[in-house]
Amino acid sequence: MSNRGKILSAIRANQPSLATLPDVEPLKAYSNKENLLAQYITVATNIGAKVYEIKSIDEVKTIVQNNFGAGKRIISTIAELSDIADTKEYLNDLPVQLADVELAVLQSDLAVSENGAIWITEDQMGQRVLPFITQHLAVIVETNNIVATMHDAYSTIGITTQGFGAFITGPSKTADIEQSLIIGAHGPRSMSLFLLEED
Amino acid sequence: MSTTSTKNHAELAGQFNADENRVDWHDETLWWIRQKRDKAVNQFPEWELLRETGSKIKEHVLSNLGNYLESFEANALANGIIVHWAADAKEHNEIVHQIIKKHGVNRMVKSKSMLTEECHLNEYLAENGIEVIDSDLGERIVQLAKEPPSHIVLPCIHKKKEEIGDLFHEHLGTPAGVSDPQILTETARQHLREVFLTRKIALTGVNFAVAETGEFVVCTNEGNADMGAHLSEVHIASMGIEKIIPKRKHLGVFLRLLTRSATGQPITTYSSHYKKPRPGQEMHIVIVDNGRSIQLGRKDFRNSLKCIRCGACMNTCPVYRRSGGHSYHNAISGPIGSILAPNLDMEKYADLPFASTLCGSCSNVCPVKIDIHDQLYKWRQVIVKAGYTTKTKSAGMKMMQWTLSSPGMYHVAGTAGRIIMKYAPFAVNNALNPWYKQRDMPKPPAESFDEWYKKNRGKK
Repeated sequence: MSNRGKILSAIRANQPSLATLPDVEPLKAYSNKENLLAQYITVATNIGAKVYEIKSIDEVKTIVQNNFGAGKRIISTIAELSDIADTKEYLNDLPVQLADVELAVLQSDLAVSENGAIWITEDQMGQRVLPFITQHLAVIVETNNIVATMHDAYSTIGITTQGFGAFITGPSKTADIEQSLIIGAHGPRSMSLFLLEED
Repeated sequence: MSTTSTKNHAELAGQFNADENRVDWHDETLWWIRQKRDKAVNQFPEWELLRETGSKIKEHVLSNLGNYLESFEANALANGIIVHWAADAKEHNEIVHQIIKKHGVNRMVKSKSMLTEECHLNEYLAENGIEVIDSDLGERIVQLAKEPPSHIVLPCIHKKKEEIGDLFHEHLGTPAGVSDPQILTETARQHLREVFLTRKIALTGVNFAVAETGEFVVCTNEGNADMGAHLSEVHIASMGIEKIIPKRKHLGVFLRLLTRSATGQPITTYSSHYKKPRPGQEMHIVIVDNGRSIQLGRKDFRNSLKCIRCGACMNTCPVYRRSGGHSYHNAISGPIGSILAPNLDMEKYADLPFASTLCGSCSNVCPVKIDIHDQLYKWRQVIVKAGYTTKTKSAGMKMMQWTLSSPGMYHVAGTAGRIIMKYAPFAVNNALNPWYKQRDMPKPPAESFDEWYKKNRGKK
């Protein structure tokens, strides 16, 4: 018998009689849907993200130009930002050729107030490695896309056909040396969140 | 990186206890993490329901594991992932080696995977001329120190920053005497970025594998798993058979439980869902049994397979905090390691279920409600029956059984004990009594409960 067959028959011989799968729906009843935006801002700030409340994409341009020096490589998946960022050329690069990216400005359609996360799929990343390899990450998300908990988040996501997706929560960090929290481990050294609330 | 020590937990804990200040520091650091966990979970009225749901989902998975593994495999194959099955550590290591050989390279970058620690993958590949670099900062530090991790979430929690500074000075060229965590972390970032950019093959662990979608989820704070995987041409993910969960929506339960229990964070910085290889990339999953199907058949111990590797049981354990992870001489240390290890080798790990006070704190913080302290107690009985205890322990237990089985003997022994503690404490407070090490014997009570009862209530 193959390994696979041996392993599966050992498992079947030893697994106990079928236990019921519990329902996760009752957990949703606890979702606090009050003040989602305020709660999201508090949690995201606590985990080290920089939050900007904006009314238009144009504000992103100003903030980026004021905070990131000229001459640095900026990439974005958002067509409206083509005058401040490369929105096309980088798609032809090998992943390793993105090693010099200073800032990536990406779009997310889902944020979670209980933990400050944003959900981002590979088409919103441009290239999979981009949100990890960039020195600084910025994400735009509309305020009406904030949900309360991870249960609500998975209800929204459903089962996508995307090959890759991630919850990202703040800048990369480590506390492996004597539990001192250091921002900027292997991924971005900062994360800016642009919370867009259009009038 | 030898973990094949012949010393037992008490002897190794004795070495750790030689430096009392370090023990205090270790104890306080881990307790501080336990307190952060408490603060995080106490915000949620539904926390107990979450734990209960997580526990029950895992119970269901274990009762239907064969079918779930098959549907996971079918969905992963449909997603374009190559799936391998390994019955034991040796087969796992050989499969990984074959993949590396096929691509004609001799080096690989790896993110945290306790399974590969359990299989001693790095040693195996080194013997075959393959260099592996661990990319989690804590794991890189212990790798440079030629030590195994001492904690599943915090691999170098036993190390002082000055020692890490010395290692970085020796291996990564930082100036002598530099121990600032900011500078050391930046040095590791530059060093490992070069590694990520130049390795063709990356191996990651797996936190959760979803049967419904054939995807696997990897959680890190540093971003090292993603840097390695997305820059590689070949991504290998190693997972134990117990990592399966039924549906994507169940991730909501486990991602809420995992990091709050581990460090008190609301979620890890990255929770990455790998479903298909990047166009042009090759993606492999190695599904490993290595004794898990045997543990599944042990009624009293199968719940240990519910573990999601958060480390909360270690942070809270009064024995772990004061004896250090290396004293458990097993890839997974602490209370959970002590119930997993005897399944792999009952003789070698016979000491571990005894490295506990059975206080139950581990079971109370476990996010999937594993009855850890009950299992420790049950393993003791299995191990004693199988004859794997030391001679002194067996003799002592026989004596105890004789004393406790006879009310008369119990009475005499109790009185004698109080007299000895009062008039001749040196008879027990000496080097021959291992219990006395690092402890002061308590003051004996003036009288037993029996004596007190007779005097105060017996007259009525």
